[in-house]
Amino acid sequence: ASRVMVASRNYADFASEATFEVKKCDLHRLEEGPSTTAVMTREEGLHYYKTMQTIRRMELKSDQLYKQKIIRGFCHLYDGQEACCVGLEAAIKPTDHVITAYRAHGFTYARGVPVREILAELTGRKGGCVKGKGGSMHMYTKNFYGGNGIVGAQVPLGAGIALACKYFGKNEVCLTLYGDGAANQGQIFETYNMAALWKLPCIFICENNRYGMGTSVERAAASTDYYKRGDFIPGLRVDGMDVLCVREAAKFAVEHCRAGKGPIVMELQTYRYHGHSMSDPGISYRTREEIQEVRSKSDPITLLKDRMVNNNLASIEELKEIDVAVRKEIEEAAQFATTDPEPPLEELGNHIYFNEPPFEVRGPNQWIRYKSVS
Amino acid sequence: MNLFQSITSALDNALAKDPTAVVFGEDVAFGGVFRCTVGLRDKYGKDRVFNTPLCEQGIVGFGIGVAVAGATAIAEIQFADYIFPAFDQIVNEAAKYRYRSGDLFNCGNLTIRAPWGCVGHGALYHSQSPEAFFAHCPGIKIVIPRSPLQAKGLLLSCIEDKNPCIFFEPKILYRAAVEQVPVEPYNIPLSQAEVLQTGSDVTLVAWGTQVHVIKEVAAMAQEKLGVSCEVIDLRTILPWDAETVCK
Repeated sequence: ASRVMVASRNYADFASEATFEVKKCDLHRLEEGPSTTAVMTREEGLHYYKTMQTIRRMELKSDQLYKQKIIRGFCHLYDGQEACCVGLEAAIKPTDHVITAYRAHGFTYARGVPVREILAELTGRKGGCVKGKGGSMHMYTKNFYGGNGIVGAQVPLGAGIALACKYFGKNEVCLTLYGDGAANQGQIFETYNMAALWKLPCIFICENNRYGMGTSVERAAASTDYYKRGDFIPGLRVDGMDVLCVREAAKFAVEHCRAGKGPIVMELQTYRYHGHSMSDPGISYRTREEIQEVRSKSDPITLLKDRMVNNNLASIEELKEIDVAVRKEIEEAAQFATTDPEPPLEELGNHIYFNEPPFEVRGPNQWIRYKSVS
Repeated sequence: MNLFQSITSALDNALAKDPTAVVFGEDVAFGGVFRCTVGLRDKYGKDRVFNTPLCEQGIVGFGIGVAVAGATAIAEIQFADYIFPAFDQIVNEAAKYRYRSGDLFNCGNLTIRAPWGCVGHGALYHSQSPEAFFAHCPGIKIVIPRSPLQAKGLLLSCIEDKNPCIFFEPKILYRAAVEQVPVEPYNIPLSQAEVLQTGSDVTLVAWGTQVHVIKEVAAMAQEKLGVSCEVIDLRTILPWDAETVCK
């Protein structure tokens, strides 16, 4: 009998790595910039793909759960901007620090919180990463300081974390993120000054998605060159839809800080498909055509997929398998998030203070009292 | 009109009557996140109704300057929760301007409006009621209406009052509260509390959304406990009408 090999997939058929050209970054007060070529291994590519796809599907699932009123309150989705958090995470170590604003689900995942804990936090259940008490805007984990609601308020905090990094001498850096809207807040400039004066290892990252809620950058900023706003701080403008461009730029910035050269500003030019939050349809201040154009020409996941397939780093079928696995993970996480119980009422008032004797906290009306145990 | 419409009507009257009046804040041009400024830009022009960048401290500081120069400034802070970067400007600059310049200068033409109070899904940063922080600051006035009819009259009084005023608008009532409101301008005096229901046993004082809760409580107390409650809407938190409350 003869055996005929009809089809086989041999992983040795794939290249182990490939080199890609990435867009050159605009520089401010820098003689040289990040490399314009990036080497990506097959493993790295598959990891970036899976992470970005997971974030994409997780955000779309959150959209669905919000519309079903299973997620309440406010929800700011990150789909479209996946390359930013994945590229940044790829350039730093788990011992480095990250702080961002309220569009935080992508970073929460990239920093290591499992999807089920993120979704459970969105639905306000005790299995959530913050025990259901934080919600969409207040997710935290080790070396990830949230998740902050007030626009711009997290930036001075980021500089403080950077100061602690410098003080403890462990060669760590802090990525301090904010948006194009926040870039006009006074406290950002106060922070630039302190960071530059004290040469803090703080990487200021402006995620410019062109709209501060409903206001386009041209209508809000006298200078839309956000990478130059640090004035005396060197800056880079990066293509935020290309995960490799983000990674190379971030590596450059991290090296700059670890070498003790002080802070640096990065502007990631990116785009969000959803509106500002779930209450914003996102089409009253921009056209559907614009959103469609970005989706078809610059989608970060599609860009990565095309690169991998065209350079023989993966096959379409393999990536489809990853899609299926991601969908399954998200479904299971959503199941958990909808069935896990809410935190018990006795815990509602806890953690206001530390190490204080228990005291009473008034609830929404006179007769509801919670005990606050620290 | 509902509450946000009564605010729009008040602003419309103010912009019509006072050629120096300007309305500014985050996203007010398209009508505002709560629709309080819908149609005003089209009617009065983009040099009178305009957006500011995202900077509360800047908005209030800028508003103080506009007012000192002689124009009527109506600044919007998008949520009362965001008023804190402007706290220094309000307490240290606006409140003390007239006093420290010996009445040579003042920013009485300034009115700051902000959506206020709990709304059910606002959580930490879309629900706050910060009037108490400002209530101990001489030099400013704080006003909180309970309904559309009250809001329009009180807002117009704040705008015309020659002292810097903070006007908090209960956001939960923006669409929920509906009343017959005159289209023409009218004023409700500041620093005058209103007795909504007279009683003899206990006085209940409230403002904003809570007035409606207290009215229900008074009815329940009468029915279930036979207690006669006097219900007072304070309206102006600072300077407050101690006389009416104490009487």
